[in-house]
Amino acid sequence: MNPLQTLRIALRALTRNKMRSFLTMLGVIIGVGAVIAMVAIGEGAKARVEASFAAMGTNLLIIMPGASTSGGAMGGFGSAPTLTWDDLRAIQTEVPTVRAAAPALRSNAQMVSEEQNWSTGIVGTTPDYFVARNWPVERGTAISQSDVDVGTKVVVLGATVAARLYGASSDPIGQTVRIKNIPFEVIGVAAKKGQSPTGQDYDDTAFIPVTTFQQKIQGGLQKYMTGTIFVAAQPGEVQKAQTDVTVLLRDRHHLMPGQDDDFSIRNLAEIAGAQAEGTKTLTTLLASVAAVSLLVGGIGIMNIMLVSVTERTREIGVRMAIGAKPRHILAQFLTEALTLSMFGGMLGVILGTWAAGYLASQFGWPTLVRPDITIIAVGFSAGVGIVFGLYPARKASQLDPIQALRFE
Amino acid sequence: MASEPLVRVEDLVKIYRMGGQELRALDGVSLSIELGDFVAIMGASGSGKSTMMNVIGCLDRPTSGRYFLEGRDVARMSVNQLAEVRNRQLGFVFQSFNLLARTSALENVELPMIYAGVPARERHARAAEALRRVGLGERLDHTPAQLSGGQQQRVAIARALVGRPKVILADEPTGALDSRTSVEVMALLQELGREGITIVLVTHEPDIASYASRVLTMRDGRLLSDVRQTPHVAAVTQVTEGAEATA
Repeated sequence: MNPLQTLRIALRALTRNKMRSFLTMLGVIIGVGAVIAMVAIGEGAKARVEASFAAMGTNLLIIMPGASTSGGAMGGFGSAPTLTWDDLRAIQTEVPTVRAAAPALRSNAQMVSEEQNWSTGIVGTTPDYFVARNWPVERGTAISQSDVDVGTKVVVLGATVAARLYGASSDPIGQTVRIKNIPFEVIGVAAKKGQSPTGQDYDDTAFIPVTTFQQKIQGGLQKYMTGTIFVAAQPGEVQKAQTDVTVLLRDRHHLMPGQDDDFSIRNLAEIAGAQAEGTKTLTTLLASVAAVSLLVGGIGIMNIMLVSVTERTREIGVRMAIGAKPRHILAQFLTEALTLSMFGGMLGVILGTWAAGYLASQFGWPTLVRPDITIIAVGFSAGVGIVFGLYPARKASQLDPIQALRFE
Repeated sequence: MASEPLVRVEDLVKIYRMGGQELRALDGVSLSIELGDFVAIMGASGSGKSTMMNVIGCLDRPTSGRYFLEGRDVARMSVNQLAEVRNRQLGFVFQSFNLLARTSALENVELPMIYAGVPARERHARAAEALRRVGLGERLDHTPAQLSGGQQQRVAIARALVGRPKVILADEPTGALDSRTSVEVMALLQELGREGITIVLVTHEPDIASYASRVLTMRDGRLLSDVRQTPHVAAVTQVTEGAEATA
């Protein structure tokens, strides 16, 4: 008796009771569907977090000035200007693991074009900023070193600001925009960067040369820089770069061993990792809840198979009388259970994929159907079929032929 | 081996235990059945005739005693070997037909050959041949629900026949049939007997037993009598569907 014949007999038995077979499968369908959809939601969330960190730059370090202490009250990070322009130059030139480093001085200001005005964050910086943040200029040109040297009044607009001031379609290059009443020439528009992990719009900003910022926005040159330093590490060297920069700055600030740093370094790769870990936990949680429903589906299969064995006791007796061996009966009922669970699993994949697509389109939840999870889910449902089908099938195969034939 | 009978049982005892009570269904039965015999086992209910049938049919094992089928000791066989014996050497016909519901006559008859591992093409051919043999050549695709009782029993006989068994065991084969179809079924069995198949029939009706050439009567688990007789010939008087087989 070959497997194909066993399958045919099983299919015949199952199609004889279509409604019951479908209802039995429903448990597995919902179970597998839930696993697929839940994991898709979890994976979608993870992918979104990863994408937003990638937008920020994953090999990025942000160095912030330290905390001030006045009369025992500690200010927050950045309250004391401990970073100097010399520190920045040292980071740029003395640390080989650093690819680029740029200052970012910030201030909010009203920008006024000929028709519109918009309040946004102005960032005073250098050409390296666009390198460090992996943020190309889409139209026009970026701030050049000569702009920084001279302190020209030029501005590169973020995509959101450009759209607010000039509309999405028109070209703002060469236009004049007033910042704090000072006219600036728009020389470029930065590429769209998207949102930060906390939902902040990266593109709602404008960039001017750092020297211009000091002279016109902040007022007067200072020894200490009041913003942050963006450092892009060499690829794969983020941890090393963080250590190197820490050692350099501690040395430059003459800090004794045991003394706290008077600056802080944020490592975005670490934060991204923690966030990814969080979404992974979420995915695991969702998947295990769904797996429980798959288990319940398996118990449903066992239940119906037991009913089926009882109902078909006579048939089992007849089959045994005409020469079926116990293993033939075992194979027959096991194949039925396996067919129910496998077919249910496949329908579940279709349902789960559809549900993921529906959630994505209806609620704007990001979802990602992973092929490996799909295969695991179908494999798992097959396992459920074998495990929960085995007991009823064994019971059937161990029936006494005479008792089975007499069964009413 | 010429001297070895087809079926030889010695001092068969079968004891059922039900709730602490012992029931001696067989209490020391010894007999032989020769190849080609048409044996009827008679007796009231509880006489042990069905147990006898089950033991001979390798569905049940005796508590003690010996059973040789074609010289092979059945008591020593494993469950799988018993299944093979039932499949290859024996054919069963039951009172309630026991056909698979919603399954065509052809597929019902094919069933034993599926377990025997006969290739599909040969299976179809042999099943169709067996159904023609019992006069149902026109009804291969009919399901049991579409067939009369007599026709269903003939499908069952075809199923018993298709494995080319040495013995056909019939347990009250006419018990669920009216007297005319009973005669038709008995005529069919007699014809198979004439072709050399050994037939063992369990019945409590003397009419039916009269078609056999040997009648064993049992009471209280013992063999009461063993009589050879000239069988009545089961004659089908009217033209029926069975006629096409016997014509």
